[in-house]
Amino acid sequence: MQERKPRFTSLSGFDTNPVYTHNDLKGWSPEEELGAPGEFPYTRGVYPTMYRGRLWTMRQFAGFGSAEDTNRRFKYLLKHGQTGLSVAFDMPTLMGIDADDPRAHGEVGHCGVAISSLDDMERLFDGIPLDQVTTSMTINGPAAVIFAMYLAVAEKRGIRLERLDGTLQNDILKEYIAQKEWLFPPDPSLRLITDTIAYCAEHVPKWHPVSISGYHIREAGSTAVQELAFTLYDGLTYVEAAVKTGLPVDRFAPQLSFFFNAHNDFFEEVAKFRAARRLWAREMTRRYKPSDPRSAQLRCHAQTAGCSLTAQQPMNNVVRTTIQALAAVMGGTQSLHTNSMDETLALPTEDAVKLALRTQQIIAQESEVTNTVDPLGGSYYVETLTNRLEEAALDYFRRLDEMGGMVRAIEQGFPQREILDAAQRYLREVERKEQIVVGVNEYVEPEAGQIPILKIGQGVEDDQVARLSDLRKSRDSFKMVGAVEALQEAATCGENVMPYLIDAVKAKATLGEICLALKEVLGMYRDPVVL
Amino acid sequence: MTVASQPLRILIGKVGLDGHDRGVKLIARALRDAGMEVIYTGLHQTPEQIVNTAIQEDVDAIGLSILSGAHRTLFRRVIELLKEQDAEDIALFGGGIIPDEDVPTLTAAGVKALFRPGAPMEEIVTFVKGLKPQG
Repeated sequence: MQERKPRFTSLSGFDTNPVYTHNDLKGWSPEEELGAPGEFPYTRGVYPTMYRGRLWTMRQFAGFGSAEDTNRRFKYLLKHGQTGLSVAFDMPTLMGIDADDPRAHGEVGHCGVAISSLDDMERLFDGIPLDQVTTSMTINGPAAVIFAMYLAVAEKRGIRLERLDGTLQNDILKEYIAQKEWLFPPDPSLRLITDTIAYCAEHVPKWHPVSISGYHIREAGSTAVQELAFTLYDGLTYVEAAVKTGLPVDRFAPQLSFFFNAHNDFFEEVAKFRAARRLWAREMTRRYKPSDPRSAQLRCHAQTAGCSLTAQQPMNNVVRTTIQALAAVMGGTQSLHTNSMDETLALPTEDAVKLALRTQQIIAQESEVTNTVDPLGGSYYVETLTNRLEEAALDYFRRLDEMGGMVRAIEQGFPQREILDAAQRYLREVERKEQIVVGVNEYVEPEAGQIPILKIGQGVEDDQVARLSDLRKSRDSFKMVGAVEALQEAATCGENVMPYLIDAVKAKATLGEICLALKEVLGMYRDPVVL
Repeated sequence: MTVASQPLRILIGKVGLDGHDRGVKLIARALRDAGMEVIYTGLHQTPEQIVNTAIQEDVDAIGLSILSGAHRTLFRRVIELLKEQDAEDIALFGGGIIPDEDVPTLTAAGVKALFRPGAPMEEIVTFVKGLKPQG
């Protein structure tokens, strides 16, 4: 019988055969390529019992409006069974500017929560026991400053820093590559990152100082291969930078974590998570010969693909998210965010985010997929895909090595251009209907379907501006200026800036003031325009 | 015989703080492939920078992408500045995450068209071509 299409491919463009057999895995050794769960090369998972021992952390990314608004949302999510917090900051905060900066006008509290000072951070975590939750903070350019605020809140409450557990995204390379929220040039940024890594190793040992992120690379339009390759290569770049400062690899590598996208192509995504673990284990072992096995274990968070959601017929997004979430679970993720159906329109409403959380709970508690470790391991197709993804990522590694590393490649616009080309290929496939998007280029309905969406009022910005004005009037400005100058001094002479940042935020220097002071010392970044 | 018309000159930019440039770059490429002269501003532009560049580059239209929820403030500011500079002949269009209810307000304020997620590229190219009658 004739097939429906002349060619079947994965979402990343791999040709797909009608059937896979043992012939596709000739010479493949399960001992070498898989190992047991919890054992090198960790293809089947980083823990021996995986979800039989402990389910993944259900961690919904949340933040909007004022610190109080987001604090209420956190408590709502915890009440409904969420097991970890994840903070979304607004654009001004992500760019290291205060809410009363003219460039912030119209953006305050829109894409996340507005945090300009230690006072805001205290209100954000009001009534939340920082020693009993794990907190993830999605912030990069000004990550060290925001982290200093979090540590200062803990100190003020008498919580010992070694009890704090959570994750700072703090991954600037993928900002230059894909997400485009940066402050300083690559070299000083890498130095701030190694400062946070070293500070955590010494003082906050349970914290994950960097979450090396492929999510945004994929959202910018990359293939699964590019996501895998650029992310792991970014990770190796951070390891190299930290080792160069003199830190032994086993002092910090076990605390590195990763963050991947869970996209539409179910089997390819499962294979991507498996290939990521194997590749990281092999490269870390080959390059750094760690003695602690945890240094070669890739632990990750996953988020379903925001870019796969459609504004048309938004309820369909619940189904897309379910399939993607299942792929992340089959891939063995340690924590998961499921997108809400309304997120192509606005930040999610309470009802929409609850449904997204319930989706995870149904997968975890009703589907029985958690009963056995790596249930797709040994599938001819999944193992073939895992091999191909690993090989294709290694090809990119070689090209990046030849260019002199990731920073040089970024300066040449290499990853940016690869991703944009992939995004354009995908768009053309959709326009030619080689790729069907339900409700967009097939099964289209004249009325897209209306759902309620969350609105952020202008009041948030006005309140935030007024608060900052009060803060600037009421603080001890001599103390504040002294702390900021000490920070600049430390940044200039290459001392670890973390203790100085903590002093500066405690002296009520604002995020914008601190970032401006650091820019004077570290410089600013201008990106190469890649079109 | 008619004189060949000048190609349309279009300024494509990201205004505000968000860095999501996948869509805007694909649109810039599509307009360029359709024979237009495209000036791409890059990221994090202020409304002032956009309007100044548009005037200096003598463009026919400005296309702005905003995915941060700041569209109400930023589009209005660009319109104000175009008026102040006597440059209202420059057409303004845009795209991004823009809720239904904001569309009428923005079009009434002078935004010629707003394209939202899933809008076909062909529709955008056709719209921009239609901004200037072809000789």
